[in-house]
Amino acid sequence: MNDFMQQALAAASRSAPPWLEPLQARGREAWSNTSMPTRKTEAWKYTSLQALQKTFSAAPTQAAGSPLGDVPLPKLSGPTLVFTDGHYRADLSTTELPAGLRLVRFADATRDQAERIAAALGSAILPGRHVFAPLNDATLTDGVFMDVAANTRIETPVHIAWLTTGQNESISVTQRLLVSLGENSGATLVESFANTATGGTAFTNGLTELLIGRGAQLNHYRLHLEQGDVVHIGGVHARQEADSTLNGFHLALGSALKRIDLVVNHQGAGAHCSLDGLYLPRGTETVDYHTCIEHAVPHCTSRERFRGIIADEASAVFNGRIHIHPQAQKTRAELSNKNLLTSNKAEINTKPELEIYADDVQCAHGATVAQLDPLTLHYLRTRGVPRDEAEVMLSYGFINELVEAVEQAELQAFLKPLLARRFARDSRLTRHIL
Amino acid sequence: MLKIDNLHASVENKAILKGLDLAVGAGEVHAIMGPNGSGKSTLGHVLAGRPGYTVTAGSAQLLGQDLLTLDTEERAHLGLFLAYQYPVEIPGVSNMEFLKASVDAVREHRNEPALDSVSFMKQAREACKAVNLDQAFLKRGVNEGFSGGEKKRNELMQMMLLAPKLCIMDETDSGLDIDALQVVADGINAMRSPDRSFILVTHYQRLLNFIKPDRVHVLSGGRIVKSGDHSLALELEERGYAWLEDVA
Ligand SMILES: Nc1ncnc2c1ncn2[C@@H]1O[C@H](COP(=O)(O)OP(=O)(O)OP(=O)(O)O)[C@@H](O)[C@H]1O
Ligand SMILES: [Mg+2]
Repeated sequence: MNDFMQQALAAASRSAPPWLEPLQARGREAWSNTSMPTRKTEAWKYTSLQALQKTFSAAPTQAAGSPLGDVPLPKLSGPTLVFTDGHYRADLSTTELPAGLRLVRFADATRDQAERIAAALGSAILPGRHVFAPLNDATLTDGVFMDVAANTRIETPVHIAWLTTGQNESISVTQRLLVSLGENSGATLVESFANTATGGTAFTNGLTELLIGRGAQLNHYRLHLEQGDVVHIGGVHARQEADSTLNGFHLALGSALKRIDLVVNHQGAGAHCSLDGLYLPRGTETVDYHTCIEHAVPHCTSRERFRGIIADEASAVFNGRIHIHPQAQKTRAELSNKNLLTSNKAEINTKPELEIYADDVQCAHGATVAQLDPLTLHYLRTRGVPRDEAEVMLSYGFINELVEAVEQAELQAFLKPLLARRFARDSRLTRHIL
Repeated sequence: MLKIDNLHASVENKAILKGLDLAVGAGEVHAIMGPNGSGKSTLGHVLAGRPGYTVTAGSAQLLGQDLLTLDTEERAHLGLFLAYQYPVEIPGVSNMEFLKASVDAVREHRNEPALDSVSFMKQAREACKAVNLDQAFLKRGVNEGFSGGEKKRNELMQMMLLAPKLCIMDETDSGLDIDALQVVADGINAMRSPDRSFILVTHYQRLLNFIKPDRVHVLSGGRIVKSGDHSLALELEERGYAWLEDVA
């Protein structure tokens, strides 16, 4: 184990509920047997973990109690759970719950709940698919279990905000969410990750597991808004039963490093998942999305649309794996990844990875890398639009389709200005977009 | 209005315009005809400042100002409008957003007050109606998936909203059905005014039955090789270009 790996374990020093101890112990064991990925590891070929070679201490044992300042977070009308540096913040959360929905913190779980959580944790993660999962297990002291009863449609969105406050030191924070949707239920979940504007840095390990029951539908928005020196390594692992639907929307603004693995496992026939994603690194930031759809059973569909705009000397990785197992006949899978490089030094490594072992399937994929089209830019200018505004309009236009597809209206209203201002702070340049 | 003297221009080191002279007075309509590849579209692009089009000699003035030293958007602010032969598709940018950005920019430079969104919407809807496009086209991406004729009408709609001084219409009549041709001609005629001029690039004398040109020019081999009145267009329709001595 290298220094980082040992230090990271120290983050487990906080006390956890006793029922989590076996999971922690298994995690510790697995983590000690893990070798840190290097550039020679296929799934980490383009992403260096150099950013982890610094000292991360355990998160403070007490919640900071600090105000949030101007962290940009969506304001949504449903229940909201806020965590700062891994601590639940009752003072910032609203927990009025509609019937059929439970939000249980691991630290608060009753015995029955603890049993369910312990049995389900890790069950959505296919063995060996998430290098940092054992570390998450080993350091897990609190998390959230979102439980939607069968045959219940929850209309208001559930918002879970995972924040780090960064108090002039480097801290390591573990975040864990377990979601279970009963048969024929429906819910909307928004996870946002952000850091408060003040100095310091953090390594965050956020792991989300989605267990989507037969006929159920989850709309899942996962917004990575952390900026600056934050290193996030995390992922979402979903298991979908028959006829279920997962609609995922993923956003990553850049920071020192973000590596996010999305793995969807179709376990029941007739399941559908769609994943939309945007990544917008700039400066010297790095964002790496690895997606994998396991089509393990027949008659399932998947559609992925990822768009990246990479500026300055930033870099991004998109790896989209579609694995169609021999018995997964009648699968329809679509994958599109489009990238816009707005500088000559920006870098993208995009790779669709298809493994198809069934013969009666439809699978379409495409990846493009482009710069702003000079003729399109010129066309706008022939109509009097100044060059700088035209560039902003075209950049935003590149991701607009996915923003417009965000169905949650409050969230869309939050995202539009946030994204438009990524391309220009001057409101003169964004006025026609907003 | 427009004065072009001895204009030479090349594209990728290939000389296309080779000493072109043209003068268009205020309020006039000029038609430019000529064989494929003779440089008609190139002329429009050079005047609009398209990247890759290099002026190697000569001058072009619009309203007394040297066009060739201005940035593309400044030419538009001054009053130049080029309706493209092949309009550009811009997925992700809505027609409405595009039109508002253009109109705001142009009005700003003319020191006209900005239109509030209600009055702009009203004007945009009227323009849409005038070119016989459904309102739904305002919400779609600029020219995205538009048919050939719809793109041409969209160009005309932009022209109506921007109220330019010099309108260069590059084969706006090509690809239009008979009714749409009438719509486009009506639109152009409605915009005619003593301080607005038109250059209609066309292959068909038919358009000129709807819009009476003051002058007709033949552009061939990068130069104007013959000029005349409307009867020249009729003659060309009858006889083609071969009889003209200078046709390359
Ligand atoms: N990028 C380029 N590289 C090389 N040649 C070019 C380029 N662009 C234009 N040309 C050439 O310039 C010449 C003039 O083209 P232009 O489009 O101006 O013709 P046109 O008169 O508008 O023809 P048409 O009636 O077919 O529209 C053509 O021979 C064309 O092939
Ligand atoms: Mg042409």
